[in-house]
Amino acid sequence: MSSIAGKIYRVVGPVVEAEEAVSLRMLDMVEVGEDHLIGEVVRIKADRAFIQVYEDTTSLKAGDFIYTQGTPLYVELGPGLLGNIYDGIQRPLEIIKEREGFYIQKGVHIEALDRKKKWRFLPRRKAGDNLRSGEQIGEVQETDLIMHKILIPPAISGSLKWLAPEGDYSLLEKIAVVTKGGVDIDIFMYQRWPVRKSRPYGERLTVNEPLITGQRVIDTLFPVAKGGCVAIPGGFGTGKTVVQHQIAKWSDAEVVIFVGCGERGNEMTDVLLNFPKLIDPRTGRPLSERTIFIANTSNMPVAAREASIYTGITMAEYYRDMGYNVALMADSTSRWAEALRELSGRLEEMPLEEGFPAYLPSRLAEFYERAGRVRTLGGENGSITIIASVSPPGGDFSEPVTSHTKRFIRCFWALDRDLANARHYPSIGWIESYSEYLDDIKRWWQDKVSAQWLESRYIIMELLQKEQKLLQVVKLVGPEVLPQTQRLILETCYIFKNAFLQQNAFDKVDTYSSAKKQLLMLKAIITFYQAGEVIVKKGISVNEIKVLPVCHELMRMKTDYTEDDLDRLEKMPEKVAEALKELDF
Amino acid sequence: MHEYSLREYLGLNEIVGPLFIIRNIHNVGYNEVVEVMDNEGRSRFGITLEVGKGYAVVQVLGGTGGMSLNNCKVRFKETPLMIGVSEEMLGRVFDGLGNPLDGMPKPAYDEQLDVNGMPINPTARDYPKNIIETGLSSIDVMNTLVRGQKLPIFSGSGLPHDMIAAQIARQARVKNESFCVVFAAMGVKYDTARFFIKSFEESGVLDRVSLFLSLADAPSIERLLTPKLALTCAEYLAFKKGMHVLVIMTDMSNYCEALRELSTVRGEIPARKGYPGYLYSDLASIYERAGMIKGVPGSITQLPILTMPNDDITHPIPDLTGYITEGQIVLERELYSRGVYPPIAGLPSLSRLMKDNIGKGMTREDHPALASQLFAAYAHVKDIRALASIIGEEELTPLDLKYLKFGDEFEKRLLTQNYHERRTVEEGLDLGWDIISILPREELIRIKEEELAKHYRKRDET
Repeated sequence: MSSIAGKIYRVVGPVVEAEEAVSLRMLDMVEVGEDHLIGEVVRIKADRAFIQVYEDTTSLKAGDFIYTQGTPLYVELGPGLLGNIYDGIQRPLEIIKEREGFYIQKGVHIEALDRKKKWRFLPRRKAGDNLRSGEQIGEVQETDLIMHKILIPPAISGSLKWLAPEGDYSLLEKIAVVTKGGVDIDIFMYQRWPVRKSRPYGERLTVNEPLITGQRVIDTLFPVAKGGCVAIPGGFGTGKTVVQHQIAKWSDAEVVIFVGCGERGNEMTDVLLNFPKLIDPRTGRPLSERTIFIANTSNMPVAAREASIYTGITMAEYYRDMGYNVALMADSTSRWAEALRELSGRLEEMPLEEGFPAYLPSRLAEFYERAGRVRTLGGENGSITIIASVSPPGGDFSEPVTSHTKRFIRCFWALDRDLANARHYPSIGWIESYSEYLDDIKRWWQDKVSAQWLESRYIIMELLQKEQKLLQVVKLVGPEVLPQTQRLILETCYIFKNAFLQQNAFDKVDTYSSAKKQLLMLKAIITFYQAGEVIVKKGISVNEIKVLPVCHELMRMKTDYTEDDLDRLEKMPEKVAEALKELDF
Repeated sequence: MHEYSLREYLGLNEIVGPLFIIRNIHNVGYNEVVEVMDNEGRSRFGITLEVGKGYAVVQVLGGTGGMSLNNCKVRFKETPLMIGVSEEMLGRVFDGLGNPLDGMPKPAYDEQLDVNGMPINPTARDYPKNIIETGLSSIDVMNTLVRGQKLPIFSGSGLPHDMIAAQIARQARVKNESFCVVFAAMGVKYDTARFFIKSFEESGVLDRVSLFLSLADAPSIERLLTPKLALTCAEYLAFKKGMHVLVIMTDMSNYCEALRELSTVRGEIPARKGYPGYLYSDLASIYERAGMIKGVPGSITQLPILTMPNDDITHPIPDLTGYITEGQIVLERELYSRGVYPPIAGLPSLSRLMKDNIGKGMTREDHPALASQLFAAYAHVKDIRALASIIGEEELTPLDLKYLKFGDEFEKRLLTQNYHERRTVEEGLDLGWDIISILPREELIRIKEEELAKHYRKRDET
């Protein structure tokens, strides 16, 4: 299958320079040396090709052969992806573990999708139908949660000559034949796609629906739309990973792709051990049935880390093409950018800011542009939401990766060191964070929850901003000298921060709040402020309000009311208003 | 090392710092061992950093002092660097390259292992569980250390990180299982190494410790190898012999500096502050060797120590370390100058694995809420102190004054501990309740009512 395409000329870390390599093309996938290590051509100069190698290059020698199959780096797409755990170039880690033991050895070649497993195929078209590319011809129940639609690969169209009847088939058995111009093309249940090329779609649509994450600070204050892009920057210890995990667990995306890109091994283990145990509240099935894991931890080869982001987004596009809403979590894109920098350095390219290559912004743009809501070739609506964490060195948001990322995203959840230090989690700061999706999704809130959402959000944001300024004053002179109306703002914000914004990911009730619960809680707090304003103007002091039992109740409503108690929570605003009114007598 | 009958080359082409370049060679593998013999019969080891058609760039671990272009014979060993390991390595002292320093012969080895290690398959890892009780409340109560965790100590020059590490090594307990310490010193002074050996001797744990010492006077390049040797030894003891191994590495800043030195000599493009762009990946290849494996009894817990240049936590070394490790113990100069030992800063310190390993059935039911409340209250103390320094304590409200009192007692009673004092987790928690009860009950919003009812203490108003 593979033929010799050159010889090693030089080895420096993960980069190999090959000579006599004129037949190689850019981005061709190659195999290097006697162990057939996987690599990719990244630069060509005269008869030399520069190859980034996805495995440890120890013991490679000058003169070793380079082999190629003449294809670019691709992923396999088909039933069996969900619940699976891959490395950055889609090698199945569990099978590697079974074969090789608990360390990852070099030169392992294992197919990404199980060739032996039989899947129940249900035909959905009939012979003679005319098929456009990307259209569905059948389906497979991949997991209890996800119906895997078998699509005609993007480049193929024509009339359906033969379609397999309902039955159990492996990936090696053809399930359809399409004829175009007298040529028969066999269709299988899986297809291959080069990772660096985005999959085609019909047309792009505007975003119109929020990705509900169950995290109050996100859904209420800084929502992201399905098909949007969000960045989560934060120094170490500010809780990026927990936010990512929470969204992977609770968001209402149908398929989740979790890319652990250059992060901690133990964190990945946490995800891998927990997801099969976590039950999706909406469907009662384990969350791993809708999730694909890509694990390329920080000690795994750096070039594969660079590829892992593309592997993930290509899988996301594949499920989008079936008409699903997909969320891609990338933790962390800074590690990916650093991999880019390391490889660029080894290629002796001219560095720019902090050693990053000049093409960093264009690579980031390419990646984020693969998100979006589209009408697929098959005529369905699907979306990809990218939720990418960024790890700025020293927590400094002006560094290149954060600042370039900001140009390509529309939602920004800035994690705040001071909040994290005070163990205020999620530590998403309300001053620096923003979301540009508010107008796109207000319609959804209006139709599904309440028309008051946007207005309430603005009221509370205004209070938070006022509080920010008042706190500057308090720092200098203490809170006692402020007028009562301003003390009320401080008190309201104190309650809002503790009772609403803080959310314990490890508490059974608090870990998820539905949109409705969030709005009711917000309403109760705003009522507190508005009713408080009235009585404070009549001469009641904030210290008197503070000690009311109802304040205590506000503080505890996040855990005291489960999703089944929302009817009771509905009465909360009224209760608050009455309690405050009584003070007036 | 392996014995081979191998090709031998005479003469080098260039020597730069710790590197040399040799030409007219062939069939040399990347990242493999090289033996260099000078005309006085002194042998040194090196590793190929770059190989190409007819040449190789070699880093010499023993330093290039005394080498010239024509007094050296070079042998390529065609293997990555290996180290012989066995249980006999416990109770022994080695230099930074693995040669005995204690005057005894080399220990017999069971196995030869590649010092570079291999990445653990993420699906084979087990999530760290079971705490290691260090006997220091500032760690056990506030930043619990867990088996299989990597928890660095971020320190500064002049701060007592060595004492803390020695105290932890001496006091650490894992229930009913075999426990040992592997100690790697990179570029530390003789006095420091002596302090550790003496401390292990005095407490009678030396026979459970294996020491690798690359002292300050050894060639800096040697430091790049020392942690790898120590970790290879630790992996053998943990994953082959089922022991719980605590690896203490000091000082990681010296390791990073050696890496920078090497990178500069090679003319590589620097990223931040002259450190190479691959510093993150390189550190990860060390720190990620901590962990546990499903179905294998042992564990590797790492306690790397690093001194932050200028006490700057945003410096690339602590910064990148913090991104890889599962939390950090930060030492605070201001606390230490007020006589607080161990001066473990309350707020920036963090143990990420704590949340899953404390509470009912693990430490004590009230632990999570109490720790969280202590953190929150102590954070508030910092604000009030700042305010008090502007408007004066007289202007503070009675509640604020209570917070100040809480802050003082937190530092003087919970954090402060004698170098020889070992406190259990329970003792630490009880102390925590005693101190948090200075605050009025309504302030403790992170603790559930039932727990308050059980543990909150009525105090006489003073």
